[in-house]
Amino acid sequence: MNLPDAEALCKELASKLRAGVSESTGLVGIRTGGAWLAERLHRELGLATPMGSLDISFYRDDFDSAGLRHQVKPSQIPFDVNGRHIVVVDDVLYTGRTVRAAMNELFDYGRPGKIELAALVDRGERQLPIAAQYVGATLSVPAGKLLRLARDERGKFSLRLSDAKPAA
Amino acid sequence: MRNPQLNGDGTLQHLLTIEGLPREVVVHILDTAASFIGVTEREVKKVPLLRGKSVFNLFFEPSTRTRTTFEIAAKRLSADVINLNIAASSSTKGETLLDTVDNLSAMHADMFVVRHSSSGAAHLIASHVASHVHVINAGDGRHAHPTQGLLDIYTIRHYKKDFARLSVAIVGDVLHSRVARSLIHALTTLGAPDVRVIGPRTLLPTGVEQLGVSVHHDMREGLAGCDVVMMLRLQNERMKGPLLPSAQEFFKSYGLTSAKLALAKPDAIVMHPGPMNRGVEIDSSVADGPHSVILPQVTFGIAVRMAVMSILAGN
Repeated sequence: MNLPDAEALCKELASKLRAGVSESTGLVGIRTGGAWLAERLHRELGLATPMGSLDISFYRDDFDSAGLRHQVKPSQIPFDVNGRHIVVVDDVLYTGRTVRAAMNELFDYGRPGKIELAALVDRGERQLPIAAQYVGATLSVPAGKLLRLARDERGKFSLRLSDAKPAA
Repeated sequence: MRNPQLNGDGTLQHLLTIEGLPREVVVHILDTAASFIGVTEREVKKVPLLRGKSVFNLFFEPSTRTRTTFEIAAKRLSADVINLNIAASSSTKGETLLDTVDNLSAMHADMFVVRHSSSGAAHLIASHVASHVHVINAGDGRHAHPTQGLLDIYTIRHYKKDFARLSVAIVGDVLHSRVARSLIHALTTLGAPDVRVIGPRTLLPTGVEQLGVSVHHDMREGLAGCDVVMMLRLQNERMKGPLLPSAQEFFKSYGLTSAKLALAKPDAIVMHPGPMNRGVEIDSSVADGPHSVILPQVTFGIAVRMAVMSILAGN
């Protein structure tokens, strides 16, 4: 299938976000694709608050079946979460389970004032009542396919489609 | 022979010893521990990984530090923790080890953390329990204390970054020390090129060279130019017969003083698994001095035990 240009979607997402953020907004990217994206958006929007990143491995709801196999990196939230407007950033929004895990983790840092969600691509098929306020594009992707953001050595974004690994 | 602590797919089912563990399993534990360090610095120092799981601390031998850090680690993973001090319980009434384990399994234990004075006790339990139950060896006789070895190399990696050019000296009662054995296996697994054991002939196991270490009886010679000094506790309670003239005599030859530490590299770190015998194997000026990382070892121990428990529970 034809995939949209990730760089163009990123510009689109940045312009939508610009109206919704302020100096004190904290951008939090979900590793790895979401963290790359948050890094770029943070730079383009010129936000004063440093960006954060989350590795949600310790909060996944499939831990009992999938375990802790891949490399976990430390989460970093370099600002006070309490009362703050936070925008969680992910590359692809799908079932909503990752976003739930990210929100659970955020609440262990404090009580955010407001959490919003930005995604480069919304592929639908939600399994939880979660919606994104800022979306680059909506896209229909066959089940069983994995859609994710890739970043080349020069930092250029592209979307990649592959066969999802069967659940362990 | 199949490694009894690994599953068919090479993942960790139990942690019984570092000996024979693949390098990538060790590195995965250390990397995961690094992520848990951040968790313990947050407002809520807990993650939900082991929610609803029951961890039984089975201590047939007294321990404060190890038992407490296992308990904290399990609680920070949201597990329910049950501490059993067996020395004062069923075994004195004559119940066998495996009967005790069977009874606790009937109470739906998911994980056993076992400390026992007999080498192989944790292996025995691991080979007995059902396949969804995990066993962690928290010290068995003179054999192994893998989480201590892992927290020791975590500490070394934290301060020294790389093992490739590292000189590590392990000093004192190596003969009775499961800590020393676990550290030696961990260091060789990660490729540390120069591991030295230093001690009197009576406190070094025969054939210790076969573990890939060099042997020194002169502490000054052994410490020269090393990056890491691991002092071992003089294990009075394990000492049988006249292995040593006296504690004072031992301190003179093998106690770590500032003067002897000066022979190591200027940025050398000093470690000790605890509990310390001040004035026997280590001088207070060193234990409390700028080279000492003895208290950080304890803090890192919690993150390392969280990593081991969460990796086992997920496999």
